[in-house]
Amino acid sequence: MTTTIRLNPRAAMASVFALVLSLPAMAETEPETTDPIVINGGEIELPTAVPAPDHLEGAFDQVYSGWLFRDSETQAMQLDDFENPGMIFVDQGIDDWNTIEGEAGKSCASCHEGIESMKGVRAVMPKVNAEGELWSMEDYINDCRTNRMQAEALDWNGDRMKNMTAAISVQSRGMPMDVAIDGPAKPYWEQGKEMYYTRYGQLELACANCHEDHYGDWIRADHLSQGMTNGFPVYRLKQAALVSQHNRFRGCIRDTRGETFAMGSDEFRALELYVASRGNGLPVEGVSVRH
Amino acid sequence: MPRHAISAALALLSGLAFAMPLAAETAPQDVSFAEDGLIEAPLSETAGDPENGAAIYADKTSGNCVACHAISDRTDAEFQGTIGPALDGAGDRWSEAQLRGIVADAKRTFPDSMMPGFYKSSGYIRPGDAFTGEAGSEPLPPLLTAQQVEDVIAYLATLKE
Repeated sequence: MTTTIRLNPRAAMASVFALVLSLPAMAETEPETTDPIVINGGEIELPTAVPAPDHLEGAFDQVYSGWLFRDSETQAMQLDDFENPGMIFVDQGIDDWNTIEGEAGKSCASCHEGIESMKGVRAVMPKVNAEGELWSMEDYINDCRTNRMQAEALDWNGDRMKNMTAAISVQSRGMPMDVAIDGPAKPYWEQGKEMYYTRYGQLELACANCHEDHYGDWIRADHLSQGMTNGFPVYRLKQAALVSQHNRFRGCIRDTRGETFAMGSDEFRALELYVASRGNGLPVEGVSVRH
Repeated sequence: MPRHAISAALALLSGLAFAMPLAAETAPQDVSFAEDGLIEAPLSETAGDPENGAAIYADKTSGNCVACHAISDRTDAEFQGTIGPALDGAGDRWSEAQLRGIVADAKRTFPDSMMPGFYKSSGYIRPGDAFTGEAGSEPLPPLLTAQQVEDVIAYLATLKE
């Protein structure tokens, strides 16, 4: 590089430019507004920007809901539960909650009564269980089904599982995300953090490349958010279906031209915890609408 | 030899043939990068075609450079990206050797760059088989062929201000 500088002033300029470019690029575009999401004419108000959790010091000052990065038509669908296409699946999940199934002759409601008893659950998921294993909400649901109901486990990506996680999530709508990252959760959190900054696949992309360094920027017509998960399960217009966190993770790593991980894998549980912790403080939005 | 074994052998052979570079091209693993990331020698014998390069630049299934970069006169390309720097005047700022190095493997010029290496076939973490999500085995086919890289460089070199 020194040789270039001596030989040619234009190339020297280029080298200076190169140095500037080699610094990690920070997003140039903060959200224009950080208005709250006002649902059902004011019945529910969800903040879209909150101070970043302490562990993100140096990366983010504020964490933002993905809702801010969507177009106004998509945003509007989340403002009224009758317009929100995810809500029909919440109703189906509630029906399932009350349906007796399995050898034990029980429904979810037999032990837990009304589904509103699940209030608060979504805000702390994923969570380390009594045996010290990190479990996602799907794991807790299947544990109840197989042990207490003596019914079959639900498929992680199946409609019934997604309906149930949606129905349970909505009970916590508005509560700030508050996943534990210390104590027994610490090693899982560290594993997830390591994954977040790992550049996977032939495109060599880490979660952080898009969602930390470049949120607010555009990849073609796609407006990059901070990749927060407080809106999951999401009704995704592109798939016209509810989408779980692990399904989205799987798609992201596939899109790096990488070998992805399986939904329900330990790796994705760890990543789910770490990503959730980046959004600690943002309200549970589930079921949100994205595209 | 059972038929399936024969077809497997044929598939293997054609796989090998596919993986072997044409005589007039430098294979990804044989590319020689200078210390600051540039590549002096063209990757193919045939000179780059700027028109082809302009097409590859905007083609979603090959270069797709437009996903991250913008060029003001590319009004044919909708929704140009804002991830990387705008490329107006790239031909003034960079020599062809520098452009070749950046397109082939930008991280050798800018270690923290988000830009994928378009002429690279190994050294990946969990390399996949294209966009299937399944495992791929290295060496992977590079994202662009040697000739496509030369075409893109020829196009970028025309971008003067």
